[in-house]
Amino acid sequence: MSLLEESMVSTVSFDVERVRRDFPVLQEQIRGKELVYLDNAATTQKPLKVADALQRYYTNENANIHRGVHLLSQQATSSYERARGTVGHFLNATEPEEIVFLRGATEAVNLVAHGYGRQHVGSGDEIIVSQMEHHSNIVPWQVLCEERGATLRVAPINDAGEILLEEYEELLSERTKIVAITHASNALGTVNPVRKMVNMAHKFGAVVLIDGAQGVPHMSVDVREIGCDFYVFSGHKLFAPTGIGVLYGKKPLLNAMPPWETGGGMIQRVSFEHGTTYADVPMRFEAGTPHIAGAIGLAAAIDYINSIGPKVIADYEDKLLRYVTEQLEEVDGIKLIGTAKEKVGVVSFIMDDAHPHDIGTILDTEGIAVRAGHHCAQPLMQFYNVPATVRASLAFYNTRAEMDALVTGIRKVQEVFK
Amino acid sequence: MSELRELYQEIILDHNKSPRNFGKLECVTTSQEGYNPLCGDHLYVHLRLEENRIEGVSFEGSGCAISKASASLMTVAIQGKSVAEAERLFEDFHSMVMADVAEPVDETKLGKMAIFSGVREFPMRVKCATLAWHAMKSAISGDENPVSTE
Repeated sequence: MSLLEESMVSTVSFDVERVRRDFPVLQEQIRGKELVYLDNAATTQKPLKVADALQRYYTNENANIHRGVHLLSQQATSSYERARGTVGHFLNATEPEEIVFLRGATEAVNLVAHGYGRQHVGSGDEIIVSQMEHHSNIVPWQVLCEERGATLRVAPINDAGEILLEEYEELLSERTKIVAITHASNALGTVNPVRKMVNMAHKFGAVVLIDGAQGVPHMSVDVREIGCDFYVFSGHKLFAPTGIGVLYGKKPLLNAMPPWETGGGMIQRVSFEHGTTYADVPMRFEAGTPHIAGAIGLAAAIDYINSIGPKVIADYEDKLLRYVTEQLEEVDGIKLIGTAKEKVGVVSFIMDDAHPHDIGTILDTEGIAVRAGHHCAQPLMQFYNVPATVRASLAFYNTRAEMDALVTGIRKVQEVFK
Repeated sequence: MSELRELYQEIILDHNKSPRNFGKLECVTTSQEGYNPLCGDHLYVHLRLEENRIEGVSFEGSGCAISKASASLMTVAIQGKSVAEAERLFEDFHSMVMADVAEPVDETKLGKMAIFSGVREFPMRVKCATLAWHAMKSAISGDENPVSTE
């Protein structure tokens, strides 16, 4: 797309009411109130286009992929592979073969820890994560370090929830084999300067995995521009079905990785006499019948996002985030957790007199769905010295009126706990 | 709003704000830790048992209003009771919060604890209401491992 075209797209006005009609659940009543869905960082709602794609596949097109000589199987295969292409294009990967379909971001991190990690991390080596990681980008590395006698180092953050780049740079050394950093924090919303961090890590020969679970839903992602070696995300946080996720890996790195799960679909040749040889990437990592419908649904979700435009989405969400942040800052007794300059649509907060769980329940009675808890980021909660926070996380179908409803709900909490 | 008032009744808010028997206890004979990793409720129940009777009880820790008020009211309810009576109260309390919303609440058995029937509208909060109770029961039976209600 030319610059001119791009600027034209981004000036197209965004009609949130029209978009909301694509998500029937948003018209539902919860406890007699209109649903205000602000738990998008946990999972997003699905547009009709995605539900339709699943329905169509299961109703009219269902067949297993690969090796089927019949037409339906060929069609399913080409839909599945077309989905791979759609994802590759979405991330600006060099080729579709760099896209591996897995269950989700968690499985993707585990695959890299297992496949790449076991080959390259040894005794005395180091892996770097950050203080703000989700458990899914901590535990696989912890386990790997324990197994290999390596050390897990933690890049520190400041009170606003931003990684301290100088400290991060100091952690890097020849011993660093892997850096695993989130693109955007699920608990704070902080967007990390991943491109810069990748460059720094590459100077020491470390490979970098970016956890994009909260990146792809909110901004346009270009893995080649970021320069990362691996990028992972989950479909269900991107308006697609659960159970489908993506590992992007640079082709030479994927090629050098041994298989993880083994079985059908990932082999070249199996013989009792001569042993087994494995398929090329990405199929080497997709043992068994994959989540065909999930991949098709994911492609439908990406087509849907592209029809709106990731840039339009990012701009709209940013305005919404600024609005709700301002509104919340005006409420006495609220403390925002995570005030980074660069953020996606996540607002985490605590209140003086009410525990996050009580706040969550009271908001629920107003039809407002938020999350209260540690957000699978306990080390981050320990850093802020809080047991939990309330988190409202946005998507492009949220409205200013919903932000107002959140603030009104919070005032109701204060009334109960006054 | 009525469900909400049902859950956050004055007495619950009061015990949340000014929990009874809060803190350390003298001459503790048994203690148990209770943790709800889901929401971070974390408390300790201390008991002084003498000849199968709860001569002293206290709790400490942090958590949501439901878990704190439940712990506080529990300490009041079981103080001076026999171990068998406390265990029976646990069973009655547990059955009440786990029961269907339509199920009538037997206030003669449960006394003040009956106000927690409101959590039945909010299944996610049942674990908050029962945390201290599980810790108490586990302390009585002398379990070594902390209880978790996840």
